[in-house]
Amino acid sequence: MADEPWANSRYALRLSQSPDAPETAEFNDPRGDVGWIHSYETGSTVDGPGIRVTVFMSGCLLRCLYCHNPDTWHLKDGTRVSFERAEQALTSYAAALRAMDGGLTISGGEPLVQMHFTKRLFASAKRMGVHTALDTSGFLGARADDDYLRLVDLVLLDIKSWDPATYRRAVGQDLRPTLEFAERLANLGKPVWVRFVLVPGLTDDPANVEGIARFVAPMSNVEWVEVLPFHQMGSFKWKAAGLDYELLDTPSPSPDLVARVLGQFRDAGCRAR
Amino acid sequence: MPGEAIATQTSADTLKQAAGHERTGSFAVKTTPPTTEIAVSVAEWSGFAPGRWQHAIDVRDFIQRNVTPYDGDEGFLIGSTDRTKAVWAKLQPYFKEEIRKGVLDADAKTPSSLTSHPPGYIDRDNEVIVGLQTDAPFRRAIMPYGGLRMVEAGLKAAGIEPDPIVHDIFTKYRKTHNEGVFDAYTPEIMACRRSHIITGLPDAYGRGRIIGDYRRVALYGTDRLLEAKRAERALLDAKWPTDDVIREREELAEQTRALSDLATMAKSYGLDITRPAANAREAVQWTYFGYLGAIKEANGAAMSIGRVSSFLDIYIERDLSSGAIDEAGAQELVDQFVQKLRIVRFLRTPDYDALFSGDPYWATECIGGMDLNGRPLVTRTSFRMLHTLTNLGPAPEPNITVLWSTQLPDGFKRYCIKVSAETSSIQYENDDLMRPYWGDDYGIACCVSAMRIGNQMQFFGARANLGKCLLYAINGGRDEVSGDQVGPAVAPVTGEVLEFDDVMTKFDSMMEWLAQTYVHAMNCIHYMHDKYYYERLEMALHDQQILRTMAFGIAGLSVVTDSLSAIKHAKVRPIRREDGLIVAYETTGDFPKYGNNDDRVDSIAADLVSTFMKKIRKYPTYRNAVHTQSVLTITSNVVYGKNTGDTPDGRKAGEPFAPGANPMHGRDSHGWLASCLSVAKLPYADAQDGISYTVSVTPSLNRLDEGQKIAQAVKVLDTYCGQGGFHMNLNVLNRDTLLDAMEHPDKYPQLTIRVSGYAVNFVRLTKEQQMDVISRTFHGE
Repeated sequence: MADEPWANSRYALRLSQSPDAPETAEFNDPRGDVGWIHSYETGSTVDGPGIRVTVFMSGCLLRCLYCHNPDTWHLKDGTRVSFERAEQALTSYAAALRAMDGGLTISGGEPLVQMHFTKRLFASAKRMGVHTALDTSGFLGARADDDYLRLVDLVLLDIKSWDPATYRRAVGQDLRPTLEFAERLANLGKPVWVRFVLVPGLTDDPANVEGIARFVAPMSNVEWVEVLPFHQMGSFKWKAAGLDYELLDTPSPSPDLVARVLGQFRDAGCRAR
Repeated sequence: MPGEAIATQTSADTLKQAAGHERTGSFAVKTTPPTTEIAVSVAEWSGFAPGRWQHAIDVRDFIQRNVTPYDGDEGFLIGSTDRTKAVWAKLQPYFKEEIRKGVLDADAKTPSSLTSHPPGYIDRDNEVIVGLQTDAPFRRAIMPYGGLRMVEAGLKAAGIEPDPIVHDIFTKYRKTHNEGVFDAYTPEIMACRRSHIITGLPDAYGRGRIIGDYRRVALYGTDRLLEAKRAERALLDAKWPTDDVIREREELAEQTRALSDLATMAKSYGLDITRPAANAREAVQWTYFGYLGAIKEANGAAMSIGRVSSFLDIYIERDLSSGAIDEAGAQELVDQFVQKLRIVRFLRTPDYDALFSGDPYWATECIGGMDLNGRPLVTRTSFRMLHTLTNLGPAPEPNITVLWSTQLPDGFKRYCIKVSAETSSIQYENDDLMRPYWGDDYGIACCVSAMRIGNQMQFFGARANLGKCLLYAINGGRDEVSGDQVGPAVAPVTGEVLEFDDVMTKFDSMMEWLAQTYVHAMNCIHYMHDKYYYERLEMALHDQQILRTMAFGIAGLSVVTDSLSAIKHAKVRPIRREDGLIVAYETTGDFPKYGNNDDRVDSIAADLVSTFMKKIRKYPTYRNAVHTQSVLTITSNVVYGKNTGDTPDGRKAGEPFAPGANPMHGRDSHGWLASCLSVAKLPYADAQDGISYTVSVTPSLNRLDEGQKIAQAVKVLDTYCGQGGFHMNLNVLNRDTLLDAMEHPDKYPQLTIRVSGYAVNFVRLTKEQQMDVISRTFHGE
């Protein structure tokens, strides 16, 4: 264990895993009394505005080829945490988060897999006056009703591809629900940061980028399009889990490629960074 | 009963008498300091707002009435003058050679004093501020009064033969502090020293951590200071000669001689400091002379300068408005002052370097802070002081310490962060936390020790190893490395699994023993230090009536905390040698670890701090000093770890402790915010000598522009301080840079990094310490 690169990382800190957790696909706990949480990290400056606490929920229905948290796919990968304990932890950061114009970001995994738990956590954040952000692929966007979205100040929405075939190849699911969710957020006027992971050879086709750019450009609720260059920092987890990592030899995008993609978004009229 | 009546009568009479004298003034000449008689029309003070400072020695009052707070940004700052650059160029070969060779030169023949060496220069034509410790730069002096062995070991390590005459004098005719202490130590203290449960005690070298009010030399000149000392002496002469009074008289006589010698020293440079400084250049020079005098006679571990920037700013402002100098001239004074503070050198031994590597001397200068009326004490010269890190490049000394308040002007806060990001050379301490304790004219001695300047000193006491103490509790007072019975022979832990309540009971009584032994040792040390190695000049720049603190310290806080958490929440199986000594632990199951904002374990850390402080407070101190405590290790966390066996938290024998109050490397796994909040829970009330916390962050990769990043960092510091955090030693670095610097030291002569409580040239750390720094948690990776 000591020789493993994650031995002293937050990934080693999980007090216990939960082998008896339900399967992710059919999971729906209407009460949200307990959640399966992979981990949480404090002090993030990349998961929304200000300084944030980011909670990584377990459970996801997508299987992105470039996923850097493959250890969050199943509920049973997480630690079973009572809602009270999670709320208590959040309380201990509330004052600091308010002071630093930050907030709570729920990420994952896919937060909407455990929608009742995450809804309750967002609700307590709002009661504490803490800004909230939902980091989602949008695939389960239909689960988040308007009541849910009222508790969310900002949606970090991954649109991983425009071309449906590429989308399916990259994440293993349909694109349609994500686009529908994006449109719904636009109609609601909910602030959104669209995020696009730029993977050379997978998502970098100009037409693929162009499609997203044109789709997003007219949406006045989209404050930012963030281009996230693919990196290999998650590859050790694939190896650890004994998973076949298709992108083992994929490089990070060159600065030129990143500039091209940013340029495409900007030319279409998006505020991109 | 009749006796009591008489006593009452007498005291009532005395009071009446005193009142009468005050009215008529007839007796005032004898008992009241003649300070009240002083004429206030001193030419050097023209243009200054009058006040109490003219009638009494009161630098704070002078600052209060004359300071010009500045709430703008750094736009006015300017580069170095050609003169400054010329002096700096002359020094570069020495710096380079020093990285290669260590000690360059030492005068083995001349025990150092204020007047022992003729004047020394770097570049006489270009030096605006003059004065060296000896007759040449980088020529180290010997100071055998602390201990001759230390001097001779230092000389030998530098390849210089000790002088036989000095040897004779300090073995045959003159006793040293070191010898005195060992005459008073008990066998038990000696055993504690040998086993390293108490380490780093100033029993063989200067204790340091005393800040003379060097500003007094500039504001008053030595004649006026001598006059005040004579008045203090008159009061002492009127007292019955108890031990205390006789000692104080002797000390005052020493102080008086020191002030005269300081004037003689200045005169050798052709300058007359018997009168007050008349302009900015003299103010900087006089202040520096005060400090120079101190470092010629005392080789204390920490020789801090205090809080001079905003004081000097008053003189600089006066000269700027009269047109006597311009901004270039102002920056030149500060730059050249700082050049001098960067070349202070003491002769140390290799043992000492292993504890405190990189030749630190903690010439700590405090900038910023608020006054008691809510006005910032930030001046343009606070900016100029920070700007030396740009003009002269990053450097560990002077140890620039920002007294951070959430109320500081934004322009200053932003500039601090900017300089931090560029140089990693600044530390931050919470003024909002310290001001209620120490007022608005305190300085920091060493790393985190606050003291009111000019009327407070501390008896420095290094630290006790709480990690070892826990192991002694488990092993019935036996040392886990040597097997020796060092602590009291009590029942060791029996059974196959450590029980929390059992260990806590045993640990509590072992801490009691350690506290008692520790206070005992400290009393011996400081009695002898006062006797054989009294800091006559530094104390001459204090009031006669001062507050003394005795500063105890603890090392291994996070190791003990996590160990106790492991015992409580996981299963810890002790592994015994044949003779029953427990030398290892098998820990199964997970447990909450300090540094993750988890109250289950953070409360253990906070309780430990309070518990040990409470125990320390039980034992009376030398000169009735007030007990204080620090959670600070400087770089000695490596040595403490080296001397400590396996601990129940999973740390292996010999592995470093975390520095200061830091969580153990890598165990603060929920990000820096959680880590900060854990540390902020440690109670300052029970650690008034400071709580050190070092944070290394990698330059942020987020998508904000420079200005937004700075604003964000300002918010972080405000929040940390607002939550009660005491200290932040901030590095903005990449791990790769450090690895590269280990490989190619010549490429990084000025790479500066903050370690626990001070900054150091990374390439001058020992290999072990470099590895320790690199292995620490870098947030943001």
